[in-house]
Amino acid sequence: MRIFKLALAFALVAPLAAPAFAQDLGAPLPESGEVETVEQEFGLSGSVTDDSDWEDLGIAIAGFATDRDVPTPASNGGTAELGKQLARVVFNDLRNNGLFKPTGPDALPQPTFAQITGPNWPTWNNRSAEMLVHGYVRARADGRLTVGCYLYDVALQDELARAGWVVPPSDWRRAAHKCADLVYSRLSGEDPFFDSRIAYIAETGPKDNRTKRLAIMDSDGANHRFITTGRSTALTPRYSPDYRKLLYLSYVDGNPRIYVYDIGTGRQTLITESSNPTFAPRWSPDGRWILYSMAVSGNTDIYRVSSSGGPSVRLTNTPGIDIGGSYSPDGSRIVFESDRSGSQQIYVMDSNGDNQKRLSFFGGRAATPEWSPRGDQIAFTHIAGNFRIAVMSPGGGSLRHLTDSWQDEAPTWAPNGRIVQFFRTQRNSGKTSLWQVDLTGRNERKLPTPVDASDPAWGPILP
Amino acid sequence: MNTRFATLTVLAGAAALAGCKTTAPEVLPPDPGQTTQTATVADVPTGPVLGTQEHFVNSVNGQNVIYFDTDRFNIDSADAAALQTQAQYLARNTSINITVEGHADERGTRDYNLALGERRANAAKNYLVSLGVAANRIRTVSYGKERPAALGSNEQAWAQNRRAVSVVIN
Repeated sequence: MRIFKLALAFALVAPLAAPAFAQDLGAPLPESGEVETVEQEFGLSGSVTDDSDWEDLGIAIAGFATDRDVPTPASNGGTAELGKQLARVVFNDLRNNGLFKPTGPDALPQPTFAQITGPNWPTWNNRSAEMLVHGYVRARADGRLTVGCYLYDVALQDELARAGWVVPPSDWRRAAHKCADLVYSRLSGEDPFFDSRIAYIAETGPKDNRTKRLAIMDSDGANHRFITTGRSTALTPRYSPDYRKLLYLSYVDGNPRIYVYDIGTGRQTLITESSNPTFAPRWSPDGRWILYSMAVSGNTDIYRVSSSGGPSVRLTNTPGIDIGGSYSPDGSRIVFESDRSGSQQIYVMDSNGDNQKRLSFFGGRAATPEWSPRGDQIAFTHIAGNFRIAVMSPGGGSLRHLTDSWQDEAPTWAPNGRIVQFFRTQRNSGKTSLWQVDLTGRNERKLPTPVDASDPAWGPILP
Repeated sequence: MNTRFATLTVLAGAAALAGCKTTAPEVLPPDPGQTTQTATVADVPTGPVLGTQEHFVNSVNGQNVIYFDTDRFNIDSADAAALQTQAQYLARNTSINITVEGHADERGTRDYNLALGERRANAAKNYLVSLGVAANRIRTVSYGKERPAALGSNEQAWAQNRRAVSVVIN
């Protein structure tokens, strides 16, 4: 009988204790380098804010020139080839979002280094491009690169903006994204968003046995890296605002639990020492707080814990499922999801849990609310038949659908609050992919990912 | 008919030893013709062994899975009957512990489905506990919509995927 009891105790304890040592992490990521701004943007104070007008604006993006073609670790072809590559990144950024009508360096003449600050206007006059982007790249003695970016108005033959950055060769694409951001911001009047990253879940395998790995990439899909090996299912990642950590759900110990993954050290810790399952991790905009949802005896509530540790505070206490949570940009309020009324709906509360109030009264179900970084909209999944990405005002009015497909789910905002990314599931096959759409709903496109993809989480502009 | 079933039960091995007299095994025994060829191993039990998932599933007539309506987690009469069968098995086999796996269909958002699966698993667990099974013998885990049993995207498939599955812990 004693043997039997020991065996029983082992059977109960082993599945919980043994996998505590289990790991599902790949090699740690290298630290990213610093990007130093060497010249400040200047120019006219006016800006274009209308959604429709600037979509047809032609922009010529010529190859970036170099003063001296020298080898660089950033490119196989030296700084001259890197100049073309830089311009291609700017071109793809501006093209892929339906914002402008850009022409890339492969269809344009190559300016000389001297022409970067003084364009050869006759070359650019008859190309149906109202705007002209020039740039240069220079290898520095310390091994880093200086990249300059200039925006000109062709009709006025005048400079609108300029900026320059010093980057390690490994971060050359960031300089191009910063140039695209400069052009986009100057012409649209909106905040930048290209120099940012996305965390998501890479999916492979059949529908009933999917391998799901935590992965990260730049906003244009470049610099793709897998963080977990795929041995255990990973879900719902969120980048910390400083990009140093990732919150995500892993089944690494057999149960769904939220972990904090430290990108610098490649190590991870549980969000809470409780043995209860935890879901739906979220950061506060200042990175000081973490929201998570925890099920206790089947009842799920939202909790808040300091990102430096310490005790958790329960914010909701109704019977049923209260889950998710997204802070307003000032951190004072939290929009979340609850089925306390009988079906999934969107609610808002103060950041300490007070004044809980239902926001969504649209018919159907409303799920996965995400507060825009601009504060003016809440994106969510509207479930009424199909799953559609929608936005509403923070007061719960002005419902607008941005997509119309069988199953679009889990919106995440671009850093500037002008574009929403989400994932789309195909009926029957269960195949998933990342998509993004602008706030007009007109410009929708699929993001390139190496394999199927879900649960996107767009981080802020890189520090 | 009764004699035939009794014979089959004996052949099924450990299931019969557990004291199950009324439940017919779902899996048919080997062809009688085979026994002459394998006479040397005739004293080895041919059915699933206690402690295996197969033994559990056979003994509860496949009622180790219960099903739910969309977004619901209540135990209906069919679920109650299945859970009573499971509770009887657990009462007879006190060395067996189980995990109840809660699942949801694909027509829900990811986070919510994880919470819903946990709620369903707990509903099944609570019912088993109400029937006298010790709470510390039952673990729960939610897989949300991550592990569908039926692969289609239609009402039939979704109905099969909204489930709580009892699994023997090895």
